[in-house]
Amino acid sequence: MTSIATTPGATPVGIGLKAQHLAEIFAEGAGSRSGPADALAFFEVHAENHMVAGGPRRRWLERLRGRWALSVHGVGLSIGGPGPLDEAHLQRLVELLAWAEPQWFSEHLAWSSHGGAFLNDLLPLPYNRSTLQRVCSHIDQVQERLGRRLLLENPSRYVEFSAGTMDEATFLTLLQRRTGCGLLVDVNNAYVSAVNTGGDAWELLGALPTDVLAAVGEIHLAGHHAEADSLGAPLLIDSHSAPVADPVWALYERFAARLPQPVPTLIERDQQIPPLASLVAEATRAGRAQARAQQALVHRPATEPIEAAA
Amino acid sequence: MTDPTTIGAFDAPTTAHWADLLLEPGDCAPAGLRSWNGSDPAQRFAVHRNNVLAGLCDALAETFPVLREVVGADCFGALALAFVRQHPPRHPVLADWGEDFGPWLDHIVTRSSDLAALPWLGDLARLEQLRQRCCHAADASALSPQTLAGRLAEPARLPHWRPGWHPAAAVWRSRWAVLSLWTAHQRQDPSQPVSLAGLDIHRPEAALLLRSAADEVLLWPLSASAAAFCAALASGAPFGEAQRLSLAEPGADSFDLVELLTLLLRHGVLVEAPPTRPSVPTPAPGGSLPC
Repeated sequence: MTSIATTPGATPVGIGLKAQHLAEIFAEGAGSRSGPADALAFFEVHAENHMVAGGPRRRWLERLRGRWALSVHGVGLSIGGPGPLDEAHLQRLVELLAWAEPQWFSEHLAWSSHGGAFLNDLLPLPYNRSTLQRVCSHIDQVQERLGRRLLLENPSRYVEFSAGTMDEATFLTLLQRRTGCGLLVDVNNAYVSAVNTGGDAWELLGALPTDVLAAVGEIHLAGHHAEADSLGAPLLIDSHSAPVADPVWALYERFAARLPQPVPTLIERDQQIPPLASLVAEATRAGRAQARAQQALVHRPATEPIEAAA
Repeated sequence: MTDPTTIGAFDAPTTAHWADLLLEPGDCAPAGLRSWNGSDPAQRFAVHRNNVLAGLCDALAETFPVLREVVGADCFGALALAFVRQHPPRHPVLADWGEDFGPWLDHIVTRSSDLAALPWLGDLARLEQLRQRCCHAADASALSPQTLAGRLAEPARLPHWRPGWHPAAAVWRSRWAVLSLWTAHQRQDPSQPVSLAGLDIHRPEAALLLRSAADEVLLWPLSASAAAFCAALASGAPFGEAQRLSLAEPGADSFDLVELLTLLLRHGVLVEAPPTRPSVPTPAPGGSLPC
């Protein structure tokens, strides 16, 4: 197991593991030459892709973890759903995390299964007292079962609920304080959600109070593409199909200046996969941007302190 | 009936309703959604519908690349969409999904005039799905030279020996020449045409699938008798019983037992501790061939 420490002034950066890049990554790992992946501190993998009994997908992780830290990112736990958590899936996670020994495990503030059908999407939930209570209870259950801290990711949102009574910053803040979980802040999701709900992305990133910022354990950056809604307004799709967009870079740098500690940052790309070196270049840019932002470390209190009674 | 989402609760009936709307044809959105500018929530909900359906169809395309090439991208897309709607994955590990695709295609080809000429589509799906299962099956230790030497030292007891069968090895059988078809589609440059010259699709074929030391799934053509022999070993039968079953196979042909055993030993298909049951069971062929 390879682990990394977050030391001041150094931001660990990583990319999502893609099968297309394996040959190049492992050629470097053989020590014959240096290559782009040398600049990375970690790789992130989707938990469900590696829940296999044996074969190459296990072998990849065994080889990777000898040199890089691993982040395991789940998409199937359905933490935001109304039903009980899937016990069989929790057990798969226990087994995967036991042998992969990742440095971080993250999941989504979303739901993805109903009635025994897995829908393969991160579906939204309204933010209100009732869903807060349920998600907290699910997170407590996951953290207890896995014996480790979960990083919870803010989703990309396309619709809003009439039943919603809290904004996302309030929901995440209360949830973090009640469960002690960590947060995975996806800056692209924050941007996409803000545009899609007619808001300002800084509403989420600027409103997280200092104690909650200290729980941010990972940041995701990704690309999106733009469509239009029925009235012609932009509808951004979190497609992971393009390089990180300029407004997302700007938002990341502004957010990084608020962070009390360096936070590992990941470039996600799932469509139109570019060469390894391109993704590593984006990751390197993220590391530099965060270090630059933190050199001019400005700790500002949250604009609107969020009370536990909200 | 009151739409469950209108009363504000986000409960199991709500997500059931969402699941139905995401999977069923149509462009309806659940009640209880709004948008900041008054634009149509159904169009926004359709982003999720597209994520669900396109993502699952892409997963099927990844598992069944030759099937997709054979019927064409458009036809495959339509088949995949219909299958996803009827048989969504039961859990989030998609590597395990698609086992029902072959039997489902058997049913579809009997009801589609467009596909009636391709009755072997289900068996092609079984072959590709079996490749995936072998790829992700458990690891196991090959038979040690010491164990083998010990067994060979007692030839009289060999017929009673039940060697272990590697979880990542399996036997596939079809009444059609689907293995040859699959092989013809394996080419370095996908833009090159597929040569099917001399292929008689009505010829039965069988194959041994195994995972190599380099973690690649390899396919070896087997005669009907050799397939029966391997299938018997895979199901836990002792050597003597496997040989008897191979001779009893309809259309039994001769096969070189030494050559077959060499193949099984060289690739570690025979393993140390026999599992109580193989993790990759041999699927029944889709046609009428007895197995």
